[in-house]
Amino acid sequence: MSDATLTALPKTEQPHPGAPDNWKRFFTFSTDHKVIGIQYIVTAFFFFLIGGLLAMVMRGELITPAADLVDRTVYNGLFTMHGTIMLFMWTFPFLNGLANYLVPLMIGARDMAFPKLNAVAFWMVPVFGVILMASFLVPGGPSQSGWWAYPPVSLQNPTGNLINGQLLWLVAVALSGISSILGAVNIVTTIVRMRALGLGWFRMPVFVWAVMSAQIIQLFGLPALTAGAVMLLFDLAVGTSFFNPAGGGDPVLYQHFFWFYSHPAVYVIILPIFGVFSEVFPVHARKPLFGYPFVAVSSLVITGLSGVVWVHHMFASGTPDWMRMLFMFSTMLISVPTGVKVFAWVATVWGGKIQLTTPMLFALGGLVMFLFAGVTGIMLASAPFDIHVNNTYFVVGHFHYVIYGAAVMGAYAAIYHWFPKMTGHMYYEGLGKLHFALTFIGANLNFFPMHPLGLQGMPRRVASYDPEFAFWNVIASIGGFILGLSTLPFILNILSSWVQGKKAPNNPWRAIGLEWLVSSPPPHENFAEIPVVVSGPYGYGSNEPLVELAESKAAE
Amino acid sequence: MTRRTLFTLIALASGLALVSYWIGQQSYSWMPVQASAEAILVDNLFSFMVAIASFIVLGVTGTLLYSVLFQRASRYDISDGPALEGNLKLEIVWTAIPLVLVVWIGTYSYQTYNRMSILGSGGSLHVGMPTAMANEIGASPEASAPIEVRSRQWAWEFYYPDRDVTSTELHLPVNQRAQLQLTSEDVLHGFYVPAFRVKQDIIPGRAIAFEFTPIREGRYRLRDSEYSGTYFATNQTHVVVESLKSYQQWLAAAAAQPLTPAENVAYQEFKAAIEKPMSLGWSRIVPAAAPLANYSSSESDSHE
Ligand code: HEM
Ligand SMILES: [Cu+2]
Repeated sequence: MSDATLTALPKTEQPHPGAPDNWKRFFTFSTDHKVIGIQYIVTAFFFFLIGGLLAMVMRGELITPAADLVDRTVYNGLFTMHGTIMLFMWTFPFLNGLANYLVPLMIGARDMAFPKLNAVAFWMVPVFGVILMASFLVPGGPSQSGWWAYPPVSLQNPTGNLINGQLLWLVAVALSGISSILGAVNIVTTIVRMRALGLGWFRMPVFVWAVMSAQIIQLFGLPALTAGAVMLLFDLAVGTSFFNPAGGGDPVLYQHFFWFYSHPAVYVIILPIFGVFSEVFPVHARKPLFGYPFVAVSSLVITGLSGVVWVHHMFASGTPDWMRMLFMFSTMLISVPTGVKVFAWVATVWGGKIQLTTPMLFALGGLVMFLFAGVTGIMLASAPFDIHVNNTYFVVGHFHYVIYGAAVMGAYAAIYHWFPKMTGHMYYEGLGKLHFALTFIGANLNFFPMHPLGLQGMPRRVASYDPEFAFWNVIASIGGFILGLSTLPFILNILSSWVQGKKAPNNPWRAIGLEWLVSSPPPHENFAEIPVVVSGPYGYGSNEPLVELAESKAAE
Repeated sequence: MTRRTLFTLIALASGLALVSYWIGQQSYSWMPVQASAEAILVDNLFSFMVAIASFIVLGVTGTLLYSVLFQRASRYDISDGPALEGNLKLEIVWTAIPLVLVVWIGTYSYQTYNRMSILGSGGSLHVGMPTAMANEIGASPEASAPIEVRSRQWAWEFYYPDRDVTSTELHLPVNQRAQLQLTSEDVLHGFYVPAFRVKQDIIPGRAIAFEFTPIREGRYRLRDSEYSGTYFATNQTHVVVESLKSYQQWLAAAAAQPLTPAENVAYQEFKAAIEKPMSLGWSRIVPAAAPLANYSSSESDSHE
């Protein structure tokens, strides 16, 4: 891209009242996608900290074999709320925030397709967040049935109260589903309808492809989860028997409803993170994304396959042999499009001019941990092996490598990469690197030991365990506490640089992409004139211009 | 590609293959003892997958590490790397590699699963021969009625219908196909013996036939694997695998014992908890009373 293109951009005074340079905007019902994006991200991070604190107590309990730190009821409530908060209050809202912030900028749109709907979807998050947290205060405490809330355990209501932790949990999850559906409709519509002139499908950044593929999953999957939650709510509150065996219902039917969404949901989480990797690697290795069309399309392939794999969570349920075998093969197939992506990233980094900035470190660390999670994932897909390890710590280790190693590390990569754009300030590299070191070491110490524990047969969701499991649990707990600690340099970094960090230029990474053409932070409505895109998103080293400004085009 | 780089690549790949094979062999020691015929099958499969996984993880991480160490931009270098956008041949190769691996791992898993065939004839449809494993080790399938495994919040109870014996410890004769019938009185539970590598969810309202072949004498841990509420973690007991002779002696001795209340951790903990209620008062599910059994196991018994 030429300097002429950059300087040809309009000056960025903000003529619209309440442009996002005023922090009070973040506490209002704003319809600006950038405000909403940051609202989502900050809210999500707040819940991440709460979920993390609960995890610290759990690791404290597990540092000794006996159930001696907290009562068993408390431990059960802790892992239920930890899992629920981490998924429904941190990961999904965070990724929605990122998509909200970036997608319109990346496709050259002034806002989302339905700005009001967007704001409504966001404001549902604090509402169901409060409902979920309120369950700590109701008599009997929060739900203790785990984040997947399998009946009949989730239908046992020892307090006998109508308002109980499980009920609030179900209401919150159903509302979360509705909010996510609203978000998905908006994001998919925006991507399909609002792209700038010249931005054909194969000029779209991979992040946008990935977000679109992920949100399509929300559209077909969430109705199943929400329906399952509502039916369970009826069973619990008014005594129907959809899933209650005591009344002739089938608890396995619930598992089908639940996993039909909740397996694809892991792709709702990981696909946008793949998108982040695909944006970060080319910039910081200064090379085009290798095999761009393959990487882009493989997201959609994953979306398609993700709909036919849910039974792998039920290999040990009352699942017939033929179903076990069928879903074993379909699950393994997902590793093909995923492998395509991994190889493409490696080839992108290979032979580049690598700059080990904080976002690059997090992306590389995330990729390595994802690789590890990927190979244990294939093992889990293999039914005979899964029968031994499912519901043991092996699975907990596997999914924390995905969700912490890849998703949280990828989320941090995204925050650091786009922080200058979002806030107009640079973060502190030194603190960023400290944050990375603590996170990477902590995460591996915390989650690696879970694999040997699972192979040895330590079940998950236990407050106490046999003494032979003590060694690896102590290591895991130490790792957990390091992870808790690792958030401190991050918070310090973000707060201090947001307030007083060095001013960020419009394009601190010399990156290619529409979002880097506007000022940091971008003005209200993003583009004074909508750019016309004339080439693909990753032209590093080839000196092609990315856009032509509509005005200069008109002048020709 | 020059001949030299090709040679280096082949040398690197073979070195890596050797290391991966070695790691695959180590994987046997990461598992509990192999106390069932199924365990041998699962461990072989696992070792195979560990070897492939090691090759992939070490290969890719090594490549990345090399880039990070040796391909860094120097401090003031702001130029770009080579503008390589793709290479169709390479892309086809690396789509084909995972595909081949998947078919390979999938087929091996399928064969393993078929040979295990742990879901007994009463349970569900069969892909393999039900007693394939039993035949392989030359065991004679017993014609006796299956042992009833009754699970509840939170106790395991094993009922031997032929002798009318109830026990809270599962005894099995070595080298014979064990036939179980799993039931639950309340919620989902999971029958899991890590040393056997087998597991099956127990679903209230159903009787699930389950079978496997213990091949090593000893005392092993049996755990509940499907989260079952407040005292889930305490829902453990033992499986004793012994020679046919001592098994029959045990059965006869147990049959002569009267039914007495068994030791039960959940029940004891519950009684202690209601005497001094927890300050938070989060709800707990009342455990069933300690089961009555002719023979009961103790938590203080050792296991492998
Ligand atoms: C400091 C970091 C973390 C630690 C120490 C930690 C620790 C734990 C532990 C000990 C469990 C209980 C496992 C079990 O018994 O089944 C657990 C469960 C879980 N964690 Fe984490 N975790 C961390 C971060 C995360 C993150 C970032 C996510 C998601 C974004 C997450 C999602 C989950 C889920 C979904 C469960 C399952 C809960 C359930 O079984 O109902 N965790 N975690
Ligand atoms: Cu899944």
